[in-house]
Amino acid sequence: MLAATIRVAGDIDLAEECVQDAFSKALTTWPKTGIPDRAGAWLTTVARRRVIDVLRRQSTHDRLLVEFVEPEERAKALEVEDPIIPDDRLRLIFTCCHPSLSIETQVALTLRLLCGLTTSEVARAFLVTESTMAARLTRAKKKISTSHIPYRVPTAEDLPARIEAVLSAVHLVFTTGHTAPTGADLMRRDLVERAFELARMLRVLLPEEASVAGLLALMILTDARHRTRTGPDGTLLLLSEQDRDQWDLKAIVEGTVLVRDALQRPLPGRFALMAAIAAVHAESPSWEQTDWPEIIALYDLLLVAWPSPVVALNRAVAVGIAEGPEAGLSALDELASDSQLAGYNYRASARADFLRQLGRRDEARGAYQEALTQCENEVERAFLERRLDELARGDRE
Amino acid sequence: MSEYLILIYENEAAWEGADAETAGKMMAAHNIFGEQNGAKLRGGNALHPTSSATSLRHDSSGKLVVTDGAFAETKEALGGYYVIEAADLDEAIAIAAQVPASFGGVEVRPIRVFD
Repeated sequence: MLAATIRVAGDIDLAEECVQDAFSKALTTWPKTGIPDRAGAWLTTVARRRVIDVLRRQSTHDRLLVEFVEPEERAKALEVEDPIIPDDRLRLIFTCCHPSLSIETQVALTLRLLCGLTTSEVARAFLVTESTMAARLTRAKKKISTSHIPYRVPTAEDLPARIEAVLSAVHLVFTTGHTAPTGADLMRRDLVERAFELARMLRVLLPEEASVAGLLALMILTDARHRTRTGPDGTLLLLSEQDRDQWDLKAIVEGTVLVRDALQRPLPGRFALMAAIAAVHAESPSWEQTDWPEIIALYDLLLVAWPSPVVALNRAVAVGIAEGPEAGLSALDELASDSQLAGYNYRASARADFLRQLGRRDEARGAYQEALTQCENEVERAFLERRLDELARGDRE
Repeated sequence: MSEYLILIYENEAAWEGADAETAGKMMAAHNIFGEQNGAKLRGGNALHPTSSATSLRHDSSGKLVVTDGAFAETKEALGGYYVIEAADLDEAIAIAAQVPASFGGVEVRPIRVFD
């Protein structure tokens, strides 16, 4: 509804106000008339009429709002009978995820304008105060307006890069929900669900895009394991410790079909490769029977498509499992000088794990302690402390 | 249509250290940019280096102080600019991406209009 109203208003703030007006009007009208059959369409129509009223009243000289929707486009939008066009949501997400906005701002705008979260809910997702988030959103909307960030689906030439930006934002919503960076719970289901809504919407609107299928597959396959990520007492369980019978088989089938679809298309992109890795895990009957050479080969492809130190780190962990802790440790040590990984707790904890397996207990203890100082999620911290306890117990025996 | 300012920030030391051939290539690249985007260009200039700059500020007592040098000392300094006309930020970025700036980069800013 907001997306459809923005196309008429040419301005996000005005559209938001008019949508709110439409809701107020519904609150006074519906108790008398009953809720209309197509309540959404009713609200959109009211909101858009309100926009037209406001625009008519605004004299040209005090019109500070810069139109970022072309006037012809708006005229067209007004003529259309059914006001809800799915394209509007697609246009809006490309505006929200424009590369000229910071990734945090892109995610905040997307949650606010596409997922309909309130400013205070968005603030909670980012762990900032409501007033900080309100200021950030206001600045972002002002930039959209003054810089004329367009409200449209990008041209074919720009589309791949721009889709990548949108997918990165959706992925960030998902990962933020999947492993909450701080706090007592490992997961924030609300954010995971919002991410799924966005990814499924993109899948419907961009059915030919392999990278979209790839991201949705990755999310489905990752989330298929969500029930088994913590034990009954809330402790973190590793992939090797999880009860695979509890994995969501229906989701694994859906995700696997999507991965195959994505990998058959040109330029599947990093998310499809990450999904393929998740699919190998999902299809393996046990940790021991995992096809590690296949996983390492997929990480090699992923490193080409998306050279990232975090990918290199995951590859090193896979090498350690496939070829033994010694090989894993030397693969990790190759990354020792990467400044992007400095302070990244998963590197220290992976090192600690290999050292523990090699019986180098003192070094393992040091590495677990290092990981602990870098980790803020309480469930993950508890896991690292449990490992340290085990080491201490081993020393006494 | 809106106007945007494209500010070219480059490492001055690299420019000064460039040999005649490199400098010639850079000039030729700007000429090509000008020819290819002529319809969108509203203006533009190259600036002398910041060593030629003079800065003016009022001190706390309100007295005008004139000093030698740029307003802010940075490794990459404003060395030139273009004013362009574009339908929206995407078009402005597409034009700005063609501006030669091998010793640095460019910044795009919408030009403010006062009614």
